[in-house]
Amino acid sequence: MENGVVLSMRNIGKSFPGVKALQHVDFTLRKGEIHALMGENGAGKSTLIKVLTGVYPKDEGEIYIDGVKDAITIRSPQEAQAYGISTVYQEITLCPNLTVAENMYIGRGKGIGVNWKEMERKAGALLSSLGIPARPRQQLGSCSLAVQQMVAIARAVDIDCKVLILDEPTSSLDDKEVAMLFRLMRDLKARGVGIIFVTHFLEQVYEVSDRITVLRNGELVCEYEVDKLPQVKLVAMMMGKELEGLDVIKKTKAGGEKAGKPYYEAEGLSSTASRPFDFHIAQGEVNGFTGLLGSGRSESVRAIFGADRVTGGKVRVNGKPVRITKPIEAMKNGIGYLPEDRKRDGIIADLSVRDNIILALQVMKGFFHPFSKAEAEKFADEYIKALEIKTASKDTPIKSLSGGNQQKVILARWLLTHPQYLILDEPTRGIDVGTKTEIQKLVLKMAEDGMCVTFISSEIEEMLRTCSRLIVMRDRNIVGELKGEELTQDHVMYTIAGGGN
Amino acid sequence: MSRSPRENSVKNAKSAGSRRREPLTDTQLLLTITICIFFVMYALAMLIWGGGFLRPQKVFDLLNDNAALLIVACGLTIVMISGGIDISVGGVIALVVMSCVVHLNAGGSIVTAVLIALGIGLAFGLVQGYLVAYLEIQPFIVSLAGMFFARGMTTIVSVEPQKVAHAGFKQLMSTKVEIPWLGYTAKNGNLIPARMEIGVVVALVIVAVIFVVLRKTRLGRSFYALGGNRQSALMLGVNVRRTRFCAHVISGLLAGIAGFVFMMHTGAGNATNAAGAEMNAIASSIIGGTLLSGGVGNVIGTFFGVLTLATIKSIVVTSGLTKPWWQSITTGAMLCFFILLQSVVLSSRGKGKAHMPNWLKGAAGKKE
Repeated sequence: MENGVVLSMRNIGKSFPGVKALQHVDFTLRKGEIHALMGENGAGKSTLIKVLTGVYPKDEGEIYIDGVKDAITIRSPQEAQAYGISTVYQEITLCPNLTVAENMYIGRGKGIGVNWKEMERKAGALLSSLGIPARPRQQLGSCSLAVQQMVAIARAVDIDCKVLILDEPTSSLDDKEVAMLFRLMRDLKARGVGIIFVTHFLEQVYEVSDRITVLRNGELVCEYEVDKLPQVKLVAMMMGKELEGLDVIKKTKAGGEKAGKPYYEAEGLSSTASRPFDFHIAQGEVNGFTGLLGSGRSESVRAIFGADRVTGGKVRVNGKPVRITKPIEAMKNGIGYLPEDRKRDGIIADLSVRDNIILALQVMKGFFHPFSKAEAEKFADEYIKALEIKTASKDTPIKSLSGGNQQKVILARWLLTHPQYLILDEPTRGIDVGTKTEIQKLVLKMAEDGMCVTFISSEIEEMLRTCSRLIVMRDRNIVGELKGEELTQDHVMYTIAGGGN
Repeated sequence: MSRSPRENSVKNAKSAGSRRREPLTDTQLLLTITICIFFVMYALAMLIWGGGFLRPQKVFDLLNDNAALLIVACGLTIVMISGGIDISVGGVIALVVMSCVVHLNAGGSIVTAVLIALGIGLAFGLVQGYLVAYLEIQPFIVSLAGMFFARGMTTIVSVEPQKVAHAGFKQLMSTKVEIPWLGYTAKNGNLIPARMEIGVVVALVIVAVIFVVLRKTRLGRSFYALGGNRQSALMLGVNVRRTRFCAHVISGLLAGIAGFVFMMHTGAGNATNAAGAEMNAIASSIIGGTLLSGGVGNVIGTFFGVLTLATIKSIVVTSGLTKPWWQSITTGAMLCFFILLQSVVLSSRGKGKAHMPNWLKGAAGKKE
């Protein structure tokens, strides 16, 4: 192995039934470097990390680590730890009811007794040398999330780690806490620890990283030193588009060229998950939120629908001020929301197609006024036909339908409530091309009939084809609004990546 | 240039306290509350009813009557700290009492009776621990089955109530530890010392041992880690299965010992012995500051929890409400009060603390 290289993964491959999650991926980590691992959803970052930490066995390839001559096999997180590979997850995996010092030392060492004095002295020394603002005898639960994360890092450092994996460590921290974490990361780097930094936040990558590796669709795209890879190029790499000749795609008529009066307006709307933002949509308009995963696009529309706890802001529907803090209030104001995570927030897996279709309308009517069977059948038949849902019968449980047909059922559920404003969050994810086009056409048709639609998709072409206005988000803030002439792939990507960078 | 003495003393206090005082942990906080409430309540009882409450013997009486409860409550405290539950202990006590009485009356020795008690307790602990820890069956269900099983076995051992006739054992029963300096002088001038049964000594030793185990051993701290967050404990390298197993074994073993102590107090076996003991033990642990959700608790708190419960019952009787249901009603009300108090105290200190919001947990769960 080369000098100064602490970890080297060669030609790693991993398949799951039907999917090649990783193919011929190489990854090299040097001593004292912060190496960002980037990629969109499904790019294979998590799989690579899990292979490295022994959660998944790899199918092919070799892993070498500094100090061991031969390729190593890692079968469990414990084994990974023994090789000096530690992981700190976004979710804190410590015990909040124990003290800081205990959390650093529990589950390690031998013997039956606990030497509190010794443990607290060692913990105190390490914490202060790393500049972590936690006291050894403090209960962990009384520390902020950021400090808890740092305690987890301190534990990893004390186990003498050579490779520290930080999996989305900053997603729940505020700016000050992020700065604190970065200081710690730089400190560890100076001590020669190699850090793998997984994150969605572009600016953070450029702030601390030395090197970037980009994965896409389970394959290695490139490895660059950070100053040789401009932000725009990084975004292009992640999305898999070359910058040159992007806008050759023929632009079909996007919806809402002739938008009417505003239907929904929000001012300073915020929720527990999203930062305050302004937003409006007019009748017959199709607009979209775009940005990388984790940029806050889903969180914003969830705030509009009241799916997360709304914390502030003024909302007007049809010019009248209203309060929308719960989904049912949004529904009563004519808003429908097709959620991003179909399995978790969309389908009721064991209910029939019919029951899934009438669910939203039934909720609005109230459970003490059930639809008669005949009514329900009529609704179901109507929409199964209209949307061409392929199902054995309307009594089939929805879980036995294909993804695309499940999505159509959820769409039918919302169309049945005759919404004025429909929010579609990733309606085309994981469904076949034919159905995708159908859904896009449907969106345009609904807009023509005067409905307003917000459309979110990871595929920019799809957004460009359907939306007349794009709201671009980065790192949980709205950073731009594009319409008309500006709606080109180049433009969108420049905006996502951060202006003229 | 002389500083005022006050200023000096403040300065000294600061420099002396190089080990900075930390805010209490949840466990310490709940323990403090329990102890305070006990003393306030007992002081009120002394003021209002005087008499018996003024003599130290009163405390020993409470302990004499509740030694067995204290022992099982210690076991339950451990199980509850580790996030589990064991409701079989009442049944195990009954089975142990009945078996030992029958054994003694059939001419057995005290030593073998002790071994039987320990054996039965250990057997229940091992089996239930194995089912809970290694086969991962709900502890509630496992110990519910254990409870029915033990009660049934008790009836098989003897349907009729049995009284101990063994002379040596009777002597053991009447043996009391006397503490003269805590006694009082009767009207006729005789000094009547405070008396404590052997069972109380056993119980106090167990409290001390369990206290050390929970505080000073890796196993003890693992119980807390497990109750705090089982998944995290696993990731931190705690042997989760073995720890859960140990919690149930200790609980079973203590139930066996409690059975023997119970017998030393009553001297008779009956199928309905120790009916509801498991519920009283759970109540005592909770009053003592153990959270049913796990991770927080202390055996000293349990000691005071048992005393608090016993004192309340005693107060109810002293105040003239002699019907048995009044004790149940006050116990219920107290338990409710304590649980409310705990949740108010714990949630109010949670304020301003960074809890992971729900959407984040969701986002973390659905990550690639």
